[in-house]
Amino acid sequence: MDKTINQKAWFLVLPVFLVVAFSAVLPLMTVVNYSMQDTFGNNQFFWNGVGWFKELLDPSTDLGGRFLASLGRNLFFSLVILAIEVPLGIVVALSMPRDGWTVAACLVTLALPLLIPWNVVGTIWQIFGRPDIGLLGYTLNAMGLDYNYVSNAVDAWITVIVMDVWHWTSLVALLCYAGLKSIPEAYYQAAQIDGASRWAVFKAIQLPKMNRVLLIAVLLRFMDSFMIYTEPFVVTGGGPGNSTTFVSIELVKIALGQFDLGKAAALSLVYNLIILIVCWIFYTVMTNAGSERKPQEGAV
Amino acid sequence: MHSIPGRRLIMALFLIFLLLPIYWLVNMSFKTNAEIVSTMTLWPHTPTLQHYKRIFTDESWYSGYINSLEYVLLNTIISISVALPAAYAFSRYRFLGDKHLFFWLLSNRMAPAAVYALPFFNLYSAIGLFDTPWAVALAHCIFNVPLAVWILEGFVSGVPREIDETAFLDGYSFPRFFIRILVPLIASGIGVAAFFCFMFSWVELLLARTLTSVQTKPIAAIMTRTVSAAGMDWGLLAAAGVLTIIPGALVIWFVRNYIARGFALGRV
Repeated sequence: MDKTINQKAWFLVLPVFLVVAFSAVLPLMTVVNYSMQDTFGNNQFFWNGVGWFKELLDPSTDLGGRFLASLGRNLFFSLVILAIEVPLGIVVALSMPRDGWTVAACLVTLALPLLIPWNVVGTIWQIFGRPDIGLLGYTLNAMGLDYNYVSNAVDAWITVIVMDVWHWTSLVALLCYAGLKSIPEAYYQAAQIDGASRWAVFKAIQLPKMNRVLLIAVLLRFMDSFMIYTEPFVVTGGGPGNSTTFVSIELVKIALGQFDLGKAAALSLVYNLIILIVCWIFYTVMTNAGSERKPQEGAV
Repeated sequence: MHSIPGRRLIMALFLIFLLLPIYWLVNMSFKTNAEIVSTMTLWPHTPTLQHYKRIFTDESWYSGYINSLEYVLLNTIISISVALPAAYAFSRYRFLGDKHLFFWLLSNRMAPAAVYALPFFNLYSAIGLFDTPWAVALAHCIFNVPLAVWILEGFVSGVPREIDETAFLDGYSFPRFFIRILVPLIASGIGVAAFFCFMFSWVELLLARTLTSVQTKPIAAIMTRTVSAAGMDWGLLAAAGVLTIIPGALVIWFVRNYIARGFALGRV
């Protein structure tokens, strides 16, 4: 669709611009300000230049070590949950019933975990996984497995990952389902006449049609898992030790726990920058995918 | 052709996986604390409503639900009303810096809440909005406004341009066209956007907890605080958890026919 050039459109965007500028740019300027200073309390600040940033990116210091370790854990976590949730979401979307009341029932059940407050998600899994009062923990221990997410780092990781799969696979599934719904019946009929196998139908028809929604899904899931805070905090509190301390948890520990404003601010900026870069890559890929698709649509 | 072999089994297993932890929470909320701690029972043997009764009669508990709903609704209204004109502008016009602006908006949706917790605390304390629903509602705009713009832009782009042009030829002024013609046409899109704003504002805790202290504590924060103070009152915790699921479940029920399209953000 060709758009007309109209600079007056800025007036329509102005309210959004003001609201977001107020709630994003102003605080971010405070962060930039803090990141260059050091404080000894009493609202006395001293100029520290890029000192915090140097420390942050140097793994031999305490701050740098903690930051890079939590960053590594967070990246690993994001990759693992993407590797599980995307294929599983596609399978679930393909398993949706075709019609009848079961469709609505499945959709409502799928969407349910998405609307549970994040700390309640944590609480649910905390209760569910505890070896003494939780169904999962009790069953596993009764089966002879020594499962305890409070003391064992591997168990804590498994719990956090399974919890995220429980919480967010539905989002991927619903997105894929929406993509699948948009495929015209004629495509399947044509495939049937050609004698295409089940796998060929998936590869040649369903996957390309899901491309765009899958990109949205991967983008949202990557970003949200990269800034995950509440759920693991409620379940494991970042422990045992530091084994499930992700970047946001580390950041809140430094900012609100130790009140180390300078360190926290420097960490925030680097954290934000990483997210911005990843976001920009995805955005470019997405808009390119969109513009490549258009001529094809015209041809069909 | 549409679906895969064994789909019923896969779907059933997945739904059981989703419902099992929720079942355990509900189950626990009807048990007495003695039963929770002492035995492992698949259903409450001595069912009790004491936890729910406590929540509904103790003001410090039920006011949390009201506080939460207050800022969620406020946020939804602000987000939708500022996002609507912007979505129209992004969908119809090209203007200076439009692509950069759109990306900048989107990048805010992705910004970690933890980064903003402390500066927000300073900002809203400075302007005297701290511990009011407005502080949380405005703070949640940072991720809800970009999302609302993104969703609504998809829906506005689905409305043919000819409709705008015909309306202007018929002598509609811009505001009248907007309210009388455009808004009814994308009503389902507005519903979807409102659903998402509601959802993300309702589930967020970090900012909501940081920006409130006494007057407007959200229910999610009251849960964590009371539990740490009263030791381990598992039954009460479970009952409070169940009650936080209900508003979301109700909202899903109302939008169930639009869920699939809505989750694709109007972009299928």
